[in-house]
Amino acid sequence: MTFIAKPRLHHPTLHTNQVGYTRRDYEGRISTLCAGCGHDSISAAIIQACWDLNIEPHRVAKLSGIGCSSKTPDYFLGASHGFNTVHGRMPSVLTGANLANRELLYLGVSGDGDSASIGLGQFANAMRRGVRMAYIVENNGVYGLTKGQFSATADRGSKSKKGVVNSESPVDLVGIALQLGATYVARSFSGDKAQLVPLIKGAMEHGGAAFIDVISPCVTFNNHSGSTKSYDYVRQHNEAVSRIDFMEPGQEITTDYPPGALVEVEQHDGSLLRLRKLHTDYDPTDRYAAMSYMQTHAALGEILTGLLYIDPLATDLHTALNTTAQPLNTLNAAQLNPGQKALDKINAALR
Amino acid sequence: MKRIEAINDFVIKFANVNGSGSASANELFAKAVMRMGVPVSPRNIFPSNIQGMPTWYEARVCEKGYHGRRGGVDMMVAMNPQTWDADVAEVETGGYLFYDSTRPLPASKFRDDVHTIGVPLTDIANAAYSEPRQRQLFKNIIYVGALSVLLDVEAQVFETLFAEQYKGKERLLESNVQALHLGRNYVKEHLQAPLGIRVQRADNVGDQIFTDGNSAAGLGLVYGGATVAAWYPITPSTSVPEAFQKYCSKFRVDPATGQHKFAIVQAEDELASIGMVVGAGWNGARAFTATSGPGVSLMTEFIGLAYFAEIPVTIINVQRGGPSTGMPTRTQQSDLLSCAYASHGDTKHVLLFPQDPHECFTHSAAALDLAERLQTPIFVMSDLDIGMNQRLCKPFVWDDAQAYDRGKIMTAEELEAGKPFGRYRDVDGDGIPWRTLPGTHPSKGAFFTRGTSRNPQAMYSEAGPDYIYNMERLLRKFITAATLVPQPVFRPAQQPTRLGVIYYGSTSPAMREALDVLERNGVYVDAMRLCAFPFPDSVSEFIAAHDKVFVAEQNRDGQMRTLLINELEINPAKLVRVLHYDGTPITARFIIRTIHDSVAKELV
Ligand SMILES: Cc1ncc(C[n+]2csc(CCOP(=O)(O)OP(=O)(O)O)c2C)c(N)n1
Ligand code: SF4
Repeated sequence: MTFIAKPRLHHPTLHTNQVGYTRRDYEGRISTLCAGCGHDSISAAIIQACWDLNIEPHRVAKLSGIGCSSKTPDYFLGASHGFNTVHGRMPSVLTGANLANRELLYLGVSGDGDSASIGLGQFANAMRRGVRMAYIVENNGVYGLTKGQFSATADRGSKSKKGVVNSESPVDLVGIALQLGATYVARSFSGDKAQLVPLIKGAMEHGGAAFIDVISPCVTFNNHSGSTKSYDYVRQHNEAVSRIDFMEPGQEITTDYPPGALVEVEQHDGSLLRLRKLHTDYDPTDRYAAMSYMQTHAALGEILTGLLYIDPLATDLHTALNTTAQPLNTLNAAQLNPGQKALDKINAALR
Repeated sequence: MKRIEAINDFVIKFANVNGSGSASANELFAKAVMRMGVPVSPRNIFPSNIQGMPTWYEARVCEKGYHGRRGGVDMMVAMNPQTWDADVAEVETGGYLFYDSTRPLPASKFRDDVHTIGVPLTDIANAAYSEPRQRQLFKNIIYVGALSVLLDVEAQVFETLFAEQYKGKERLLESNVQALHLGRNYVKEHLQAPLGIRVQRADNVGDQIFTDGNSAAGLGLVYGGATVAAWYPITPSTSVPEAFQKYCSKFRVDPATGQHKFAIVQAEDELASIGMVVGAGWNGARAFTATSGPGVSLMTEFIGLAYFAEIPVTIINVQRGGPSTGMPTRTQQSDLLSCAYASHGDTKHVLLFPQDPHECFTHSAAALDLAERLQTPIFVMSDLDIGMNQRLCKPFVWDDAQAYDRGKIMTAEELEAGKPFGRYRDVDGDGIPWRTLPGTHPSKGAFFTRGTSRNPQAMYSEAGPDYIYNMERLLRKFITAATLVPQPVFRPAQQPTRLGVIYYGSTSPAMREALDVLERNGVYVDAMRLCAFPFPDSVSEFIAAHDKVFVAEQNRDGQMRTLLINELEINPAKLVRVLHYDGTPITARFIIRTIHDSVAKELV
């Protein structure tokens, strides 16, 4: 949590991009997430990507579900309209918004609880529908906002903060996206900005359904093995005053590693993530090869990162529905209403 | 033996096997009566099943134009051996039983007090056609032909109908005419006709149209400017989006480019369909979904979001028998409370109550205007009876000069000119705030929409005063809504009376008839037809002006009565329940009996 208010005025020397905006123009309100939360790093990457792409902030519509991750759209692109919908059902709202106005860029932000549990159906159907959007799941394997329950992406055998062992198999959102026809599928790590920013840029520019699964460590609910003592200590001493939980500030986990390499990243709870970055000569245009490659590495305990699959010629739901180029939300009565003359004919046919 | 004698005033019921092609033959019969200038109101009665199971088509022929279900059957066309016994039992004493006499039936299968008319339909069809499917389909036309002579409907009327239907398909036209005459000739040669019940040319149809509420609603949504539809199949609402699709394909395809000025998505479930409507409404498109009770149950979380975040949403709810899966193919008005207060927390939603297909059209179009005007969900509370049955009603009209009421949308120009914007501020005192659409302006007017509490500037806030301000403003908006929705229709009795009756929606035609009959019997009742919730002041005034007010509706718990008591703080003892909820449409007979009994009790 940052408690310093951001200055409103821009420094005159701040660098502007081609559309005349400074980086500051892509920021949002101050984050209320735990310090060190991977989700904040993803927000920073989104800011960077939109700035680099010279996107006018107000041309982006940012939508999310419910969860810590889903709160983040408030923390970037302050000049964009945002919509924090209901738990797990962002994809449908985004779909409707996209149908109403095809000219905006749609950014969907969700959590692993949001997308892999309550919202799995909506996630899957948005992928197969080919809604043009960049759909980012900030995947921490737990329910952050409701304080540490397993999410459906948690690995079998992993332990919750309360010591419960997860006996269920994880949902692999990337596998589902690949299988159901998403035309841009990537996986990354919140702390690997060098990889994440270009992936977000690619997703924003993609012509169909783009999905990025971003592994995003939760400082608060996977830091139990090393730091429970102080956490419990503070909470015990805090109880008399209020029942508000104390969130111990953590350190953002970052990494940087070359293409083709395997890196082991230590999580807040001491567990290791084994990330393997796709090699530069990996061909991401073969959907079936991507699925098998991903699964082969999963069997080795490795998580592949990078752009797994892309259909560069992808089209979207509007193409499938053959909708007009003019956004539907701008059509007026003269364009939409057949008028009394047509009604006269209908009336006559009904007698 | 007594025989029922009635010209232009009888009920005929067709008992068929689902999938036998009888539906179009029965509709043909109804249309022919209508073309004779005699009003007809048919009803499909179909249990929740598919091929091979029983279905009925009950048509009320009524020169006076009462479209409500009358009750009782004067003539049964018994074409389904499976339901024979029950069908025969349903005929009124002195009535008529029409059946296929190809195979002889024992005397025990008939009734002494009912006139039996046998026509060897299968024999006739088999002699004339060789293909099994043709034999089946034309058997239906043959019975329509036979009935036309028995009931005195002119052959010419059918021939004209066939000519319209099979324009350009001469072979089909000829074969249908031939089948019709096979039936007609048999009756002329072998039976006595016409019967005691019959049709006589009249002039009581006028310029009325004959259509069903769901098609009319689909058309109304096209006229009202809906561009996004998201839906999930459920009986009895499915034909609403289907009609919307049909009319959009006809009227909304750009002739130059072939591109569509609409988007229709069959969603994966009701959660997604309402979600899409919320997203489209948020982004400034007129959007709707159509569903029925179970769908509304699934949608409630989103409905609460739309209420609280103030997003225009139109929901066509074609009600059926609940709770749960209830009676999916039967009619009820039992979703009132679940819609009026849908979702958790304090919510109130606008409901519109169309009474016939004409109002399904007008109310569906109006709902889109109201949704944007009020920035809230609007329910059109249709039901299976109006939605899926064809009814005579006023023709559709549209004022071509009318623009859509987009409500309070602040434009880039207004923002640029310095017009102050606060998403949830009540600047006009009507409770309705201004909104901006995504993408409007590079630096002004953007806000964050959320289901959590916020201050008038749309910033997240759990401060008590901010929450109260918002909740009170939503109430103010609801009061404004009462002035914008269709107003109640008052029908005074011919003599001053202390009795009143309140009703709504598909109960209306039966009520119209009941009031006439009661009046003829010296029971005077002032009537008020509710067209919408929230209730305008005229409703409390109506109740206050009477000692006793009957509330007639088609559900077990008197949901409208509850709503009136709850919203208007009325003494419950004043409101008398008239409740019909067995899944069949309410009848005038039922209303008359219930009101009579209640009044009689008062007198002793
Ligand atoms: C219908 C419904 N059920 C439950 C909740 C409670 N809830 C809020 S956030 C959340 C989980 C969020 O987890 P995730 O999507 O993984 O996001 P994170 O907080 O971990 O970023 C839950 C269960 C809710 N808001 N709505
Ligand atoms: S609880 Fe976890 S996911 Fe939520 S803000 Fe804190 S660190 Fe991030």
